[in-house]
Amino acid sequence: MAYVAIADQEHELHDPHSFVTKYIWSQDHKVIAIQYSVTAIVMGLFGMGLSMLMRLQLAYPDTFSFITPNAYYQHVTMHGMIMVIYLLTALFLGGFGNYLIPLMCGARDMVFPFMNMLSYWMYLLSVFLLMTSYFVPGGPTGAGWTLYPPQSILPGTPGFDWGIIMMLASLAVFIIAFTMGGLNYITTVLQARCRGMTLMRMPLSVWGIFVATIVGLLAFPALFVSAVMVGLDRLVGTSFFMPAILSAGQNLDYQGGSPLLFQHLFWFFGHPEVYIVALPVFGIVSDLLSCHARKNIFGYRMMVWAIVAIAALSFVVWAHHMFVSGMNPYFGFFFATTTLIIAIPTAIKVYNWVLTLWRGNIRYTVPMLFAIGFIFTFTNGGLTGLFLGNVTVDLPLSDTYFVVAHFHMVMGVSPVLVLFGAVYHWFPKITGKMFNENLARWHFWLTLLGTYAVYLPMHYIGILGVPRRYYATLGASFIPDSVQTVNVNITIAALTVAAAQSLFFINVIWSLMKGKPAGSNPWNATTLEWQTPDTPPKHGNWGPKLPEVYRWAYDYSVPGHSQDFIPQNEPPSSHSATASEHGRH
Amino acid sequence: MQLSTLVIALLTAVLVWTLLIRRLSAKPWIQAGAIDAAHNAGPTTLPAAKIGLWIFLGVITSLFALFFTAYMMRMDPHHAAGVTWVPFDKPAFLWVNTLLLILGSLSMQWARTGESQGRINTLKTGLTASGFCIIGFLVGQIVAWNQVREAEFFALTNPAVGFFYLLTAVHGLHILGGLWVWAGATLRIWRADKVISASLTVELCTVYWHYLLLVWLILFGLLLST
Repeated sequence: MAYVAIADQEHELHDPHSFVTKYIWSQDHKVIAIQYSVTAIVMGLFGMGLSMLMRLQLAYPDTFSFITPNAYYQHVTMHGMIMVIYLLTALFLGGFGNYLIPLMCGARDMVFPFMNMLSYWMYLLSVFLLMTSYFVPGGPTGAGWTLYPPQSILPGTPGFDWGIIMMLASLAVFIIAFTMGGLNYITTVLQARCRGMTLMRMPLSVWGIFVATIVGLLAFPALFVSAVMVGLDRLVGTSFFMPAILSAGQNLDYQGGSPLLFQHLFWFFGHPEVYIVALPVFGIVSDLLSCHARKNIFGYRMMVWAIVAIAALSFVVWAHHMFVSGMNPYFGFFFATTTLIIAIPTAIKVYNWVLTLWRGNIRYTVPMLFAIGFIFTFTNGGLTGLFLGNVTVDLPLSDTYFVVAHFHMVMGVSPVLVLFGAVYHWFPKITGKMFNENLARWHFWLTLLGTYAVYLPMHYIGILGVPRRYYATLGASFIPDSVQTVNVNITIAALTVAAAQSLFFINVIWSLMKGKPAGSNPWNATTLEWQTPDTPPKHGNWGPKLPEVYRWAYDYSVPGHSQDFIPQNEPPSSHSATASEHGRH
Repeated sequence: MQLSTLVIALLTAVLVWTLLIRRLSAKPWIQAGAIDAAHNAGPTTLPAAKIGLWIFLGVITSLFALFFTAYMMRMDPHHAAGVTWVPFDKPAFLWVNTLLLILGSLSMQWARTGESQGRINTLKTGLTASGFCIIGFLVGQIVAWNQVREAEFFALTNPAVGFFYLLTAVHGLHILGGLWVWAGATLRIWRADKVISASLTVELCTVYWHYLLLVWLILFGLLLST
């Protein structure tokens, strides 16, 4: 079949005609992206609220009567699941993936727009199912976000009867939603790129989202399998994971099931999930750094290979989450080794980001601040990951606040910094308005310093051995009194960070109403989304003719060129100097 | 787990090799300028739905590989707390179902051949026969379920029985999804009365049917051998 641009294909672009088809049942990738993002951010706010309740309990035990032990465990569980799945996964793939892939690849829309719409509504359904668990008898599950059986479905765990069912159902629906979206993202990248957009000319944001989606499509089935099987153990009494067990003096009907099997399945999803969140972040931050340092990304090809290598390796490290569950020492050695090997491609990326900044014409714009903040935070969190990847170091630190500090730095704060950087970066394109610079700077500094005030001290309490997930540790002889002081400080910092997020929302609302017009390309960026004929881009993105791409995404500060950037769709004849003539081999 | 890791490693390797390696050696920073001949043809010549189906098959492969791995790990006495896996006699009726599924796949292939040669009657007959074979398979699975239920009294704590229901149900659901697409295509072809614009749908249905037959053969082998 000869190549036919989507614009020239027979079927019509589903042009929306009414308010409902334009903004609600929309098949436009940009509207779906915003629907995904808004829903995910609302969930994120809810998850943040839960973490504040946890912090209040830890700093001021015996003060808040409404934070009972059961409620605390429910907060822990829902906070974890919401942040990992319903905020970060949904936002980076459903939100940014939807917005950026067609625009950056020069397509008019996703290749399966109807399925794309369905994906969002399934996601919303999964959110409803999850939130319904607050209204069922017993409330939401308090099993911890890992939902380990047997504890997750036995009396004594909050929400063991209904909450867990709602959680599992919600996850299953989410996975279906993700699969529908994911098929779209991959197929669009493979099939609908505009003329001249070779794979190796794609911006790294698209690379990150593309590879993360592949990882997600292969890893989420593991969560699906484990969710279905726990659900059956709970509902119809199979014994896939449930061993023979006594509960309240009664012998239950279960026999011979393997809780370890669940852990293997769960973490076979759980570890790649880290990279489902991290890879889009890596990609987006590369584009932010390159654009705001006015310099081509250092080692583009190596960056792509590193993304692919990290994705492949992420499938062979899962059991490092299970060192304390017990395993053959040779397995432990294997998983520790693979875990440490992941540090190599990851370090390549960090070096390349730093080298991109080196001698760049750095502009400390708000997105750039967030991107640089990310490099520090990610390096911090990544280094503690090397500690935990070693079996002998992991054993004493396991289930302490050291682990909490590690993964919040590496996959909590780091992605969130990029998330804000990306929102500030693309806000002018999405809305056509400029945000308020001062408010955004306050938001950045309060968030960055505040989160360090929250998580740096947690490393120290972790090394002291303070266990995570405990409602209260009063009276434990190995915990010095000073830990309580630290906890109060952390809570104050956390409340400050939470309050500082209001600056972001005030900024968004204020800018939407009163922001200055941004123009079509305020950052002088090279990638295609900034070259659309309309800002914000209209339905179909490109007007009558699709763009054609003549160069990679990083032609910044090319010598001999009048401007310090050359858009990807600028033909070579319109300027005399190409990169090769200047010897950038 | 080892099995699924292997399958996924294999999938990734194939994907990387076929799609990426050749292109990933490009040096975009020194190749600015003209769109070279290789890219004049656009990113790929395959229709989107076909790529979408193959990616979807990748997802299902991951799903079934994980189910099969869980099956084998649950059987392994090192993983289970005490031996509770009691093998039971699989209903002989499953052989009939297998035959139906094979017939369904064959007649779908026949329909596809008819379609490519422009023989509308072959297409119609093959497509219809295939669907009814598949529906027959599903009915047969329910019969087999009932036979197991009568023999085993829903002894679900025996994971051999639990897995039998679970895996056949998951496979059956995927068949149902395929039937939905099949029904749409069949209706369209009967109404249109000529071989129009159905080639892609028929091709995709054929691939999907063959794929589900393969999954069933592996699953059936697993059930019979344990």
